[in-house]
Amino acid sequence: MSRTLIILKRELNAYFATPVAYVFIVIFLLLTGVFTFHIGELYERNQADLEPFFRFHPWLYMLLIPAISMRLWSEERKAGTLELLMTLPISLVEAVIGKFLAAWCFTAIALMLTFPVWITINYLGDPDNTVILAGYLGSLLLAGGCLAIGSFISALTKNQVIAFVISFVICFAFNLSGFPLVLDMFSSWAPQAIVDVISSFSFLTHFESILKGVVDIRDIIFFGSLIAFFLYANVLAIEAKKGS
Amino acid sequence: MDNLISVKGLHKHFGNLVAVDGIDLEVQKGEVLGFLGPNGAGKSTTMKMITGFLAPTAGSVDVCQHDVANDPIAAKTCIGYLPEGAPAYGEMTPASFLNFVADVRGLVGRGKADAIGKAVEKINLESVMHQPIETLSKGFKRRVGLAQAILHDPQVLILDEPTDGLDPNQKHEVRTLIKEMAPEKAIVISTHILEEVDAVCSRAVIIAKGRLLFSGTPAEFAAHSHYHNAVTISVASDIAASIEKTLAVLPDVFNVESTVLDGGLIRVTAIPKDNKPIVGDIQNCIRQHDWKIDELFVEPGRLDEVFRTMTTEARSIGEETRT
Repeated sequence: MSRTLIILKRELNAYFATPVAYVFIVIFLLLTGVFTFHIGELYERNQADLEPFFRFHPWLYMLLIPAISMRLWSEERKAGTLELLMTLPISLVEAVIGKFLAAWCFTAIALMLTFPVWITINYLGDPDNTVILAGYLGSLLLAGGCLAIGSFISALTKNQVIAFVISFVICFAFNLSGFPLVLDMFSSWAPQAIVDVISSFSFLTHFESILKGVVDIRDIIFFGSLIAFFLYANVLAIEAKKGS
Repeated sequence: MDNLISVKGLHKHFGNLVAVDGIDLEVQKGEVLGFLGPNGAGKSTTMKMITGFLAPTAGSVDVCQHDVANDPIAAKTCIGYLPEGAPAYGEMTPASFLNFVADVRGLVGRGKADAIGKAVEKINLESVMHQPIETLSKGFKRRVGLAQAILHDPQVLILDEPTDGLDPNQKHEVRTLIKEMAPEKAIVISTHILEEVDAVCSRAVIIAKGRLLFSGTPAEFAAHSHYHNAVTISVASDIAASIEKTLAVLPDVFNVESTVLDGGLIRVTAIPKDNKPIVGDIQNCIRQHDWKIDELFVEPGRLDEVFRTMTTEARSIGEETRT
């Protein structure tokens, strides 16, 4: 078994060894239900798609993903197990990827447990299931992006609460970066090119285009490179901070 | 070559703080090396660099002929390490934790089951194998850390305070275990407990202010004591005063100390000049005067006294160079 997989397995078990996993899954399912049926008005719209279900995922992830990622490295550093892990014959890159994948698998499990929504819509109508599949793919990519950010922030501090709050703020900023709230801060003084770059970092823009069923390679590259960038930063952060 | 650990010119700086300031060390197969030193002397930092957790500011570490900086995975494969405080994943049970470490160490199938079984038996962990580690006592936590370190039967064992938090029986067990493993491995332990040096180490080094102050066998270490070759006798209190006077004027005796024991006995210790052997002179004295004595022994030296002298000298040297 490759060492990345061994780390993945241990981390995934660690989620389910504590109530964190169950609390997270229950809250996630409750909130998706509330958003989909009450705020998104899935029934009232009378349309056979899951747009009201997916539309709120960026806002849910912004709040819930940092709760998953905050312990990834903070806990290791605080408990001293980082020293144990880093003196086993395993490379830091393997450990970073293994932990990230464990958190990602965990969110994938939570996401899969929303299947009753999919069954409901198929029972009520005749939706385009490829669009729904694209929605799930987009949602998973979005969760991966938030997790990579959260994992990196978690490597910077021994305090899980700080890791949570900062990851939340950064995910919030990425969600909003296509909105006037963020863009106005830059548009008054920065050249248009920079404003465009900032708005192109918006999670919402990339996520929404996938939701429409258009799986554009550029959106996948966006999330893929975002994940790669933050995991690389994660490796550097552990290297720099492990002694303290 | 049996040189399993080779440390050359090791330095570690944390910002302005110099934690390790030029340490050279070699440890061979069959040796148990004891790291002694006050808190903050650089013992743990040195161990963290040998095991590849921290990168040295300068200098190099070779473990089993693998450079720890250039070939970390190969070096780490032949090291078993118990970090300070014996960290472990609290939510795991010793069974799942050891299984995880065995997986990472590349053990599979029968070999894995055997390795875990052996380590658990040696460390006496059977009774707690299925309880979460965070619910275990300090002694058991330490033992889980030890089991993890010896799991893959490594050539090099680095144990940072292996007996800290154990009760006297457990301490004895761990020391016995270390002695049993010693012929096949190079073992480095750090400790605050000076008796441990005598009990398990074949060689001791004293580290203070990040420097190596002494390296030698426990006997050589003890020989630095004023009390080395001192002779202690216990006598009835009524004749103690005259004995003290007689001993004090012997040519090779530097000083005479006495302490009162229970039961009307007084223990008189004659300290020699320059650690000369004086036990023959004193035996002659006893025969001449026909003293009735309860016990007589020659002191090998007092480790705590040598430790204090060496490490406080280092402190004052350090302070002088700073001013």
